[in-house]
Amino acid sequence: MTAPNTPTKKRFRAVHPFVPWLFVGPAMLLSIATIVAPFIYAVIMSLRGVKVAGGGLGRREEVFVGFANYLSAAFNAELWAGFGRMLIVGVITIPITLGLALLFALLLDTPRVRLARFSRIAIFLPYAVPGVIASLMWGFIYLPGVSPIRELAANLGLAQPDFFTRDSIFWSIANINIWGGVGFNMVILYTALRGISSELYDAARVDGCTELQIALNIKLPLLLPAIVLTALFSLIGTIQLFSEPTTLSPLTDALSSTWVPMMLVYRDTFVAQNLYGGAATSMLVAVLTIAASVLLFWITRRRSAGGMA
Amino acid sequence: MTSPALSMPLPQSRSRRGSKIAWVPTIILVIGALYCLLPLYWLVAASSKLPGELFTLPSFAPGFSGGIVDNVVALSNYRGGRYWLWTFNSFLYAGGGAALSTIVSAAAGYGLAKYKFAGKNLVFAFLLGAVLIPGVVLAVPQYLLMSKVGLAGTYWAVLIPSIVSPLGIYLCRIYAAAVIHDELLEAGRVDGASEIRIFFSIGLAPMIPGLITVFLLQFVGIWNNFLLPFLMLSDERLFPLTVGLYTMLNAGTEQPGMYTFIITGAFLSILPLVALFLLLQRYWRLDLISGSVKG
Repeated sequence: MTAPNTPTKKRFRAVHPFVPWLFVGPAMLLSIATIVAPFIYAVIMSLRGVKVAGGGLGRREEVFVGFANYLSAAFNAELWAGFGRMLIVGVITIPITLGLALLFALLLDTPRVRLARFSRIAIFLPYAVPGVIASLMWGFIYLPGVSPIRELAANLGLAQPDFFTRDSIFWSIANINIWGGVGFNMVILYTALRGISSELYDAARVDGCTELQIALNIKLPLLLPAIVLTALFSLIGTIQLFSEPTTLSPLTDALSSTWVPMMLVYRDTFVAQNLYGGAATSMLVAVLTIAASVLLFWITRRRSAGGMA
Repeated sequence: MTSPALSMPLPQSRSRRGSKIAWVPTIILVIGALYCLLPLYWLVAASSKLPGELFTLPSFAPGFSGGIVDNVVALSNYRGGRYWLWTFNSFLYAGGGAALSTIVSAAAGYGLAKYKFAGKNLVFAFLLGAVLIPGVVLAVPQYLLMSKVGLAGTYWAVLIPSIVSPLGIYLCRIYAAAVIHDELLEAGRVDGASEIRIFFSIGLAPMIPGLITVFLLQFVGIWNNFLLPFLMLSDERLFPLTVGLYTMLNAGTEQPGMYTFIITGAFLSILPLVALFLLLQRYWRLDLISGSVKG
């Protein structure tokens, strides 16, 4: 053991410059193979297309087509309708998920709450359920003839809700996402709360603050970075919406095969065998995701910087 | 609130039991817990019913006519025992992928935290920047590339893309920086150990709690993944549970007789992860994600 007062300069003894690459190398190579290469490949594919050379029975050959695929994707009304539907699901899902997660995290952190451990574990549990399985389960809970909610409504003499109309389907899908997402976000926010020194609260309590005032005036501002993080996770999750509507679609006619953009990409690529068009649409979704992430960071960073000033 | 002890800063005041119970927060939390648990309870109740009972018995009443046994038998017989094969595959993808991912992330995180080298920040930005590209968008080109190299439709097609985890690398880096003491590494160097040996015998041990978190996050991520195996695999013998159950639902929507054993399949498929959660609760260090490491 070296003496604790070793100068920090000596910490990094000269190791062979190749050594660090031994450690980061595998991750780098795999990132290149499974992320960068497919991404570049998708960009190339999106700029290419198939041309039939030499009349009707001619050979099909791959040619550079420029932005033609992007143009036809951009003029595809179904894609924009899909983005619209995705947006509706997101506008329902994200505020409710984050609102509930925040509410539960603050309540868990309140003194003299009973059954807190039970509630925390119970609310986190849906995170263990894959989106496909959650959709399958909720699909049956929504399904007429099986639905416990419709049964309950009938027993109470109320109108039976229909979860599979063209309007209610947005709420039905949002509910699956909310059910699956609240717990994860709650735990992130709750652990962030636990990291705040309780001396801050004790001082506020001595000054006569109520628990509600402490939550709103002390905890909420300190939670802001964690809230941004959870918002980002939820946003990216929404743009990638695929498994929930895909799993529900066998149960209802309210979901078309192009209901959200990623379903359209799947149909173009695998059903219609139009790899080039699918790649172009993929890239549009990627650009949107990256733009949304960057925008969110930019907005929040600006706001928190403004708050500091 | 008026207890005189309050005027002194108590380090454990948060877990202190006061005389009054905070009813409103407790009730709201219990309602939240019920919202999360009732659908799962319904899944259990429905799994215990015979196919006919699903439509006749009250929804939340379990069936006592041996429905669960019938359902498990029907599920096991479905296409010659495919369900159990899918379960095995899910364990293989999630377990193998998470193990490989943890090793790769640990090495990268350690390398970034414990060495100074030219281009280090660039490497870190490169590895983390990957998180910006949505996995869903990559799945289609990943499939196309995999078919170019002849791996589409094999176990590798699902395993290889599951290894890189920007979040895992990020967590390993902050964890390694927080828990591995440079003095120990230096002592190893003085003793003449190779850098690889130092990593495995000195660096890795203190990282284990963090590595378990990384393993669990990745395990859940792969276990829950649907799109990647859905695109990559066409042979149903290679399907994981998510894709297998989806094809079962697709085949079964027209046959109400299949509902109960599809539901039983869904119920059984979530048991491993639920068990993993409840048993390894203390390793769900999500505080790592929100950025506070306390060793």
